[in-house]
Amino acid sequence: MEGFMYPNEVELQWSILIVLYPYLTGLVAGAFILASLERVFRVEEVKPTYRLALLTALAFLIVAPLPLQLHLGHPERSLEMYLTPHRSSAMAMFGFVYLWYLMAVLVVEIWLDYRRDIVRLAESSRGVKGLLYRALTLGSHNISPAALRIDDRVGWIITLIGIPSAFLLHGYVGFIFGSVKANPWWSTPLMPVVFLFSAMVSGIALVLLMYMLTCAMRRVAIDMRCLDTIAKYLFYTFVIDFALEMLDLIHRIYESDESFRSLDFMVHTRLFYSQILIQIILGTLAPLAILSFTQVINFSVAARRRIYAIAGVLTLVGIFAMRWNVVIGGQLFSKSFLGYTTYKVAFVTREGLLSAVALMILPFAILYVLIKILPPWQEEHRVVAEVHGDD
Amino acid sequence: MILNRRQILLLLPAAAVAWDSVLAGNPEGSPNYKMSEHWWGMLIDITKCIGCGNCVRACAMENDVPEGYFRTWVERYHVSDWHIENPEVDSPKGGMDGFPPAKAEGGKNFFVPKMCNHCVDSPCSQVCPVGATFRTPDGVVLVDYDYCLGCRYCIQACPYGCRFFHPKKHTADKCTLCYHRITKGLTTACCEACPTGARQLADLKNPSDPIHAFLKTHAVQVLKPHLATGSKLFYNSLDGSVR
Repeated sequence: MEGFMYPNEVELQWSILIVLYPYLTGLVAGAFILASLERVFRVEEVKPTYRLALLTALAFLIVAPLPLQLHLGHPERSLEMYLTPHRSSAMAMFGFVYLWYLMAVLVVEIWLDYRRDIVRLAESSRGVKGLLYRALTLGSHNISPAALRIDDRVGWIITLIGIPSAFLLHGYVGFIFGSVKANPWWSTPLMPVVFLFSAMVSGIALVLLMYMLTCAMRRVAIDMRCLDTIAKYLFYTFVIDFALEMLDLIHRIYESDESFRSLDFMVHTRLFYSQILIQIILGTLAPLAILSFTQVINFSVAARRRIYAIAGVLTLVGIFAMRWNVVIGGQLFSKSFLGYTTYKVAFVTREGLLSAVALMILPFAILYVLIKILPPWQEEHRVVAEVHGDD
Repeated sequence: MILNRRQILLLLPAAAVAWDSVLAGNPEGSPNYKMSEHWWGMLIDITKCIGCGNCVRACAMENDVPEGYFRTWVERYHVSDWHIENPEVDSPKGGMDGFPPAKAEGGKNFFVPKMCNHCVDSPCSQVCPVGATFRTPDGVVLVDYDYCLGCRYCIQACPYGCRFFHPKKHTADKCTLCYHRITKGLTTACCEACPTGARQLADLKNPSDPIHAFLKTHAVQVLKPHLATGSKLFYNSLDGSVR
């Protein structure tokens, strides 16, 4: 502790788990928005990642509320948020946005898209597996061309509703922070927009990496047209995200209101590594720079792949650092603007590093199971590596 | 009915809970108190505070405040002539044991007692996802401990640092303006313990409350007025450097 903090401020309230929560929902929103590109805007190039992106979004969405649940003082009361919500609370309303997105958008869209596969698998599988697929058909075995046309149409409409829902999902997370007028580090109307674009950036980067990884694991060739397009979208959204964050920064520096001196000091000391080095230099400028090279220089396929992989990893690290700097950074200074505290991550506690790591691995485990049950690979994309001269 | 050992073992925890509630007893009611007839606030006269810490100790004892947390505390300000915007502030143990002699020389020193502002438009109740934090009809912001989720959003939303996470209840906690006392015609523990009358409970709906005369004749201010929280903690002689 340094300077003066109000005595109750010494203890940090929101831990690393609350850093995870906007990170996970951001990955969900970003992955979904990428998936919807193919469906609504007919960007054919990203088709190989469509189903993978949807399943990734679902896996992360299932895990997203868990860090909150672990963090609550009384997790057994969490359902009260749905039963007796307080309408003026951004957090209470988020519960409904989350449920809407999970149940009305993502699950329905995945089911409609997979319905034909599910029915076929239900007919060809035996035992427990057969039982599972028969349950997943929800009793509908009609996969006539007319029925599938309806599926496709309804799926399209749901995706159309899904895009603003995904925007809402993550914009809302930003609003939870951006609407706290007591905290000048959080309180800005730009927060939901910055959160949204950073969500898209992180989600696109995740799907890009997952696509490369799954291709490598399945020993199939990467569709470079697809990868190039995803990288292009990553670059564009990243430029917007970075511009918004810089706008926020410049605005703060130029206005220099009562909180500025305190926040400025914090950025140059407590947050120097996580904000200046990891978030801005390593996690934003570096991937932006190398992605911009791929837009103007004609690299070989192998080089592009490596560049995209590096850019993707750096992006994910950078966006995590951004969430960290928002959530933890917002609690390191006193609301009296006269002092600073520190945050030490515990290891084996309910809100410690171990829980956070477990919660970061869990979505991948869920995704693995989901891929096993609902394989996202469509035969037309299954290209044998050697045929395309994979190196 | 004869109970076997297994049944007795099963019944023991239930009996323990029941006995605990028998010992706790029922809270004393206030049958004659009408919430609609009161509108509570507090007057804090900075010129009178001597930083003795009586209020902090009285509050901790009255409300069983866990050690290291504060429902009320006292800050000592040192403001030099050249750094009005950068005061030096300290509050060792919330001022509970008083203050060591001031080191800084020159400028001015004064004490600022702090506690929940019982805001009319309180940011903490606005953000509570279940409405466990609420404002009573007589203007006191309270926490329903049986309902609070312990999400701590309210602690983040309070601009004055008045809330904390109770280490045993696992809920948010804060000053209740000694609601259990004021509804029985008593004053708060902090006001009662103050030897100089620097803290005075005020009922704005009571026409004979001295607060009315005081507000008319003194330059009174609230903390962080730009946040428009509708604070009902009225400070007399509040220096511009106080945060």
